[in-house]
Amino acid sequence: MSVQSQAWTGRSIERVEDAALLTGLGRYIDDLGVPSGTLHAAILRSPHPHAKIEAVRAAAAAALPGVAAVITGDDIVRLTTSLPVGVRASIKCWPMAVDRVRYVGEPVAVVVAVDRYVAEDALDLIEVGYRLLAAIVDPRAALEPEAPRLHESLDSNIASERCFRYGDPEAAFAKAAHRIGIDVHYPRNSCTPLETYGVVASYSPGEDAYDILSGFQGPFSIHSVIARALKVPGNRLRLRTPPDSGGSFGIKQGVFPYLVLMGVASRVAGRPVKWVEDRLEHLTGSVSATNRATRIEAAVDADGRVRALAWDQIEDVGAHIRAPEPATLYRMHGNLTGAYDVRHVAVRNRVVVTNKTPTGLNRGFGGPQVYYALERLMQRIALELKLDPLEVIRRNLVPSKAFPYRTATGALLDSGNYQQALEVAARDGGLAELRARRDAARREGKLYGIGFAAVVEPSVSNMGYITTALTPEERAKAGPKNGAQATATISIDPLGTVSAHIASVPQGQGHRTVLAQVIADQLGLKPADIFVVAEMDTARDAWSIASGNYSSRFAAAVCGAAHIAAARLRAKLARIAAAQLNVSAEEIEFAGGKVQARGNPDNALAFARLAATSHWAPGALPSDVDQAFRETAFWTPPELTAPTESDEVNSSLCHGFIFDICGLEVDRVTGAVRIDKYVTMHDCGRVLHPGMVAGQITGGFAHALGAALYEEYAYAPDGSFLAGTFADYLVPTCMEVPAPLILHIETPSPFTPLGAKGVGEGNCMSTPVCVANAVADALGIADIDLPLTPAKLAATLQRVEPPPPPRAVAAALPAGKGRALHGAGEARVAAAPEAVWSALLDTRVLASIIPGCHDVEQVSATHFRADVTLGVGPVKGRYRAEVKLEDLVPPQSATLIGSAVGALGSAVGKGSVRLSGDDVGGTVISYEYDAEIGGKAAAVGGRLLDGAARIVIRQFFEALARRVAGTAAPAWRLWLDRLLARFRGRP
Amino acid sequence: MPRLSATSRHAVSFVLNGRSTTADAEPRMLLTDFLRHVLGLTGTHVGCEHGVCGACTIHIDGQPARACLTLAVQVDGASVRTIEDLAPEPGRLSVLQAAFRRHHALQCGFCTPGMLMSLDAYLAANPEPDEAELRKYLSGHLCRCTGYVPIVAAALDAAKRLREDTANA
Repeated sequence: MSVQSQAWTGRSIERVEDAALLTGLGRYIDDLGVPSGTLHAAILRSPHPHAKIEAVRAAAAAALPGVAAVITGDDIVRLTTSLPVGVRASIKCWPMAVDRVRYVGEPVAVVVAVDRYVAEDALDLIEVGYRLLAAIVDPRAALEPEAPRLHESLDSNIASERCFRYGDPEAAFAKAAHRIGIDVHYPRNSCTPLETYGVVASYSPGEDAYDILSGFQGPFSIHSVIARALKVPGNRLRLRTPPDSGGSFGIKQGVFPYLVLMGVASRVAGRPVKWVEDRLEHLTGSVSATNRATRIEAAVDADGRVRALAWDQIEDVGAHIRAPEPATLYRMHGNLTGAYDVRHVAVRNRVVVTNKTPTGLNRGFGGPQVYYALERLMQRIALELKLDPLEVIRRNLVPSKAFPYRTATGALLDSGNYQQALEVAARDGGLAELRARRDAARREGKLYGIGFAAVVEPSVSNMGYITTALTPEERAKAGPKNGAQATATISIDPLGTVSAHIASVPQGQGHRTVLAQVIADQLGLKPADIFVVAEMDTARDAWSIASGNYSSRFAAAVCGAAHIAAARLRAKLARIAAAQLNVSAEEIEFAGGKVQARGNPDNALAFARLAATSHWAPGALPSDVDQAFRETAFWTPPELTAPTESDEVNSSLCHGFIFDICGLEVDRVTGAVRIDKYVTMHDCGRVLHPGMVAGQITGGFAHALGAALYEEYAYAPDGSFLAGTFADYLVPTCMEVPAPLILHIETPSPFTPLGAKGVGEGNCMSTPVCVANAVADALGIADIDLPLTPAKLAATLQRVEPPPPPRAVAAALPAGKGRALHGAGEARVAAAPEAVWSALLDTRVLASIIPGCHDVEQVSATHFRADVTLGVGPVKGRYRAEVKLEDLVPPQSATLIGSAVGALGSAVGKGSVRLSGDDVGGTVISYEYDAEIGGKAAAVGGRLLDGAARIVIRQFFEALARRVAGTAAPAWRLWLDRLLARFRGRP
Repeated sequence: MPRLSATSRHAVSFVLNGRSTTADAEPRMLLTDFLRHVLGLTGTHVGCEHGVCGACTIHIDGQPARACLTLAVQVDGASVRTIEDLAPEPGRLSVLQAAFRRHHALQCGFCTPGMLMSLDAYLAANPEPDEAELRKYLSGHLCRCTGYVPIVAAALDAAKRLREDTANA
C-alpha cells in the first residue's frame, strides 16, 4: 500500500453522518414521507402465554369509522405460507397467531385505519375468545415428558437435537486427573435499540409485487424467507431501508415477520400501510436473545491444563423457530473451545420451544451464552485445583506460534497473540495494583472481587454455519452452503466526483465515514470528496444473502470490498492517465486530488478531469479499458467453507481476542455492585477508525454491563411477561456505566483485504462473565446466574429475607405462577353494617361506585358479572369480571372469589370482607385479598400494580361511603366488584 | 383553559422555535405526534412513550420537558423549542453540537436530540458542572450506543468552551 493510501484510514476523523443527526435532520423511518393514501396499522396482541383462539369477533372494529380493514389469522393462512426455517422441524411459524397463541405479545389481529389513534380505538372493539392452556417457560422443564406441548406437530418440545464428537473426548475424560463441571442458566435480554421497529408496505395487485420499506438490518438471506412467505418470486419483493437507523444491535433482523404481516395488511386494505412499533410492543413481542441452560464439564490435568470439554446446551428459542434460529446456538460452534487449545470436545445441542417470544439476533449472538459457561468453568477449575485463575487461563491459551490455528470444532483462528495480550493487559491495566486494592478492601471487611475473561470474538459469519444443525446427510441433500458475499459499488459521475453504494445497512456505526476514508486513500482524495449512499434497495443495489449489518462484518468484509472496488477503479484510471501523461501506468500516483507521474508532479491531471473521461470521451480510452466510471466488487473469503462431513465448521472468518479484568465491590447491605475498575484488552486486527472502535467497545461494554447487572426479559412461571416498560426492564444510565480502560494490540487478519477484524460484539461476550467471575470472587460462591441484581445478591449475602412490614399480610398464594399481589386494609363508612351489607349486594349501587364500571349483571344471588375499565400506568384496558360470594354471614362477613379477563391480562383472586359496627353507628370494613395477575398487566410491574390496587380500593370505599351515607341505599356487592376491580386493576 | 371536547379538534396556538404557530389537534394527541406528524418537525424522537428514555425532550417555556408525556393542547399559549432550533444557522453547529461531533458522542443519533435539549438547558443554568453532577442529570436519558462516556466528555468540553466564549466576550 502506498504512503498516501495510509493517510485517512486509521484516523479518527469527524463523522459525515453527524451534522444531520445533531440538528434534528436525521431521516429515520418514521421521519420519511409516505405515499398519499397510506393507512396506519395497530396490532392486537395476545395477553396470554398459551391459549386456543376460539373466536375473533372483529365486526365492531371493522365498522368503526376510519377503519379500512381488520386482518386476522385467516387472512395470513390465505395469503402467505409459513415462514421457512433452517432445521427440519415440522413447526409452522406464522407472523401472526393462527388458531393458537403461544406467547404473550403474539399478534392476533391487525387493524388498518386512517391514523394510529383510530386503529388503536378499533383494537379495543375486537373480542377474542381464548381457551387458556398450560404454559411452559423453563427450557429444562420443557423437556419433561408431561410438559405442556407447544406444537402438536412435534412429539415433544424439542425442535432440533444434535450430538457432536471431535477428537476422543471419552478417552480424554477417562485419562484426566479431574472432571470439573458447572451448570449455568443464561437469561434472556435484549439490546433494545431506542428506535423501535417500523414498516411501510405496499402491494401492487397489477404486478403481484410488494415494495416494503423497513429498518430491517439483514442478513438479506431473509429476503428469500419473506418472498416465500408472501408467495411471490424474489424479483417481486423489493426491500428498502431508510437512510438512518435508530440502532439495532441485531434486534432489527427480528422485524422481518412484520414485513410479511404489513405486506398482507396492505394487500387486504388495498393501500400502503405504515406501522411503527411502540415500546411495550417492542419489549414484549419483538425479539430477544436466547436464554440457555448449559452443563459444561472439563477433563483437567493436575496443573490446570484442560484436555477435553463436554457441552450440553439446551437452547430456548421461544414459541417458534424463527429464521435464522437456531443460529444463536451454531454461530459459536467453531469456537466452543474459546481461546484455548483443547483438542477433544463432545457436544449435545437441544433446541426447545417454550411459551416465550421467539428469539433472534442480538449483539454477541451466541457468544454471551457460550463464554458465560466456559469462563465460569475456567474460574471453577482454578478454585477447585487451588490455582490462580489467571494462570489457568494462561496455561490453556492457543500458542502464539500456532496461527492460523484450526480449533477442534473447525474454526480457523486467523491471527493473534493471546499471551502478549494478557501480558499487556496485566501490565498496562494495573493488575498488581488492583490486587493490592482487593487485599486492602478485604482487610477492611469489604466484599471485593477480581474477575477475568478471555474471549475469542468471531466476526464475518459463514452463511453456511447454520447448516451444522442438520446432519451431514441432510446437508448433502440440501446442497452446500458457505461463504459471505460482500459487495460495494463505486461510481464516478460526469463531473468526475465519486460516490459509493453499499449494502451494509449501517445503524449508527459510521459506515459512510469509514468507507469515505478507505476510498479516499485509494483515489488520492479527501473523505469529504466521497459521497457514500448507505440506504439499501434490493431492486437497484448489488447485494447478496450476506448483505446487511451483523456479525461485525463491516470493517473486515464491506470495507474490504470497497477497497477492492476502489483499487480496480484506480488501476483503470491509472491506465487512462498513463496514456495522457506519456508514462507507464505503474508510474502513476494518486494524491491531493491529482493524478500524476511519480517524481514529476508537474506532469499531472486533476482527478475529476481524468475521472470524467469515460463519460465524455470513451473513444479516448486505451483499448484495455472498457470504462472507468463504475466498479462493483464482490468479495467472499475462500476460508469460509461448508461444514465438513465430520461436522467441523469454520463458523466465522475473523477472530479477534479480548482479555478483560474487572475489580468490583459488592455492598454488604444492599447487594449493589460497584465496578471499581474495568480493563478491556482488544486485538481486532488493523484499526480503521480509532474513535469508532472505542465507541463500539464502550457501547458494547454498556450493553454487557446491563446484561450482567440489571437486564432480564423476565417471565413468571405462568408465562406472564414481567418487563414491559423501561421502568421494569432496567437498562443502564450514565450513573451505572463507568469508563472502561481500553487497551489494544494489533495482529492484522491475513484473510481480510485491510487486515481488519470485527470489534462490535466482543464485550457482550466477555463482560457479563468477567463481572460474574468478579462477583463470585467477592462473595466466594460457585453458583451465580445473571443478572446480578442487588435483590439477588442481597439474598445470597443475607440468606434470610427480613419479614415484610406488618400491613402486607401474606397469605401466600398456592405455588405462585403469575405475579402475586396481596394486601389488606380497612375502611370506615358512616352507616350501619346492615346498610353497608345491602349496598354491597345491590347491583345498581355497585355499578355506580365501582371505579371504571360499565355494567354489573346479577347472575344469581351470589354471582355477579361486571365490565370494568381500569388502568395501571400506561396499560389501560377493559375487563370482564366474575365474582362469586361464599361463606355469607350477613351482615358480618363474606368470602369473594373472582376472576377477570381482558385483552391486557387476566387475574384470579380471593378476598375476605368483614363488617363490624363502630361505636358511632358506622361500619368498619376490613378486607384482605390475594390475587395472581397474568398477561400484559403483569408486565407493567409490581410497583405500579400495588399502588394501582390501593387507589382503586380507596376510590371504591370513598364512593361507597358517599353513597351509603347519602341515600342509605346500600349494596355490599361493591365489595366484590371492587375486589374484582382490584384484581383487575392490578393488571 | 377552555373546555375541550374529546371528539373535536382544537386550535393550538403557541410559539414554536420563535415563530407563532397554530394548528389543530384532538385533545388526546400527544405533543410528540403533533410536532412530528402535524407540524413536520421530526427531530424530536419517540423512544418509549412513557417518559423514561428522554429522546423526546424539548423545552416548554424554557424548561426541559418530555414531549411524549405532554398533550398537544397543553402547549396552547406556551413557547416551545425543539432540536431544530439549536444550531445557530443552517450548516453550522452550536458549541454543544460541535463537541458531540468531536467526541463521537453519538452513533445512531436517535437519543441525541433529547440529550442536547436537556444539556442546552442544563449548561445555561450550570456553566461549571462537575462530572458527578452532570452524570446524575444525564441519567434521565437512555443511550444504547455509546456507553455514555463520550457524551459526558462532550458535555464537559462544551461547558468549558462556553465558559471561555463568555470570558472572551
